[in-house]
Amino acid sequence: MRRRAILGYGAAGVGAVALMLFVGWWQVDGPGGPEPVGQRPVALTEMDFRLTDHEGNAVGPETLIGRPTMAFFGFTYCPDVCPTTLSDISGWLDDLGDEADEMNVVFITVDPERDTVETMAEYVGYFHPGIRGWTGPEEQIARVADGFRATYERVPTESGDYTMNHTASVFLFAASGRFVTMIDYHEPREFAVPKIRRALAEEMEGAT
Amino acid sequence: MKKYILTSTLAALLTLGGFSAPALAGLEYVVVENAWSRASIGMNRPGAAYMTIRNTGDEPVTLIGLTTPLAMMPEIHETKTNAEGVSSMSPAGEIAIAPGESVALEPGGLHAMLMRLQEPMTEGDTFPLTLLFDDGGEVTVEVPILGIAARGPED
Ligand SMILES: [Cu+2]
Repeated sequence: MRRRAILGYGAAGVGAVALMLFVGWWQVDGPGGPEPVGQRPVALTEMDFRLTDHEGNAVGPETLIGRPTMAFFGFTYCPDVCPTTLSDISGWLDDLGDEADEMNVVFITVDPERDTVETMAEYVGYFHPGIRGWTGPEEQIARVADGFRATYERVPTESGDYTMNHTASVFLFAASGRFVTMIDYHEPREFAVPKIRRALAEEMEGAT
Repeated sequence: MKKYILTSTLAALLTLGGFSAPALAGLEYVVVENAWSRASIGMNRPGAAYMTIRNTGDEPVTLIGLTTPLAMMPEIHETKTNAEGVSSMSPAGEIAIAPGESVALEPGGLHAMLMRLQEPMTEGDTFPLTLLFDDGGEVTVEVPILGIAARGPED
């Protein structure tokens, strides 16, 4: 009898610990916790940031609303992923033809220390003319990245310089500002154009 | 070693003779194909070069380093993109290539990272890049410099 009671208490104890662990998980990592990085971007209409485009114009989320948007984070000192993505985007825009003219395409730097307005202007000049370069003060870059749920991090290199780790996905938003989908770097790049077309078409349906 | 020198000389002679064979140099069983790089904006930014390195021999080979007069600090780097879509880049260390296998240096993956450029990389030019192997062998390729927006060796 006694042994059974002890076992019962023991089971209750284990249950209580399990419950505590569950509550802990719920609050920290689970649905009750803060949104982890890597979640869906918020709508452009919910973002709040002030940046400068490569021609010196003041821009913000409202600049993008009214037309579908393709956006990408990077930095001009990136030797690999950024020029590759900007060339990919240029190719997609060529394939889209006239439809590309209906889109906003922005390259937002995560390295404002080196990527001044002039630097951005020179850099985007090497790619499709539809691509705009955006930069701004450090804290505004942090705000735009937060809205997109994009991450970036400055990493020192052996050569005494630094490089930037950053979200390499291309974000697609509808003209309404609603987030539609993204194209990840490891996705087969040839699927991008149909995906962009689908995002554009989805918006047309949404509008009617 | 003698074998490498002989092939290097042969390659040099062929090059002098107007026969430009980027795949022919140094280690006869290491074949480098489709080498290319992008033009740089000035000299402050690092450059990157890409290629396929094929081990056609019967023994494994290990790529241990790079040299080029173009850059003071050329290194093999690897770009990785994690599940959250965040890309990062770091030195890749030594790269072993099994007999009959090849390793692709391509955008978004392994690449020859060219740090501390000694001169700007100009579209239309080429530069020599020497791959160093653990057995003391070397392979030198002439890497063509394409436009900044190039996507592959054929651009
Ligand atoms: Cu690198």
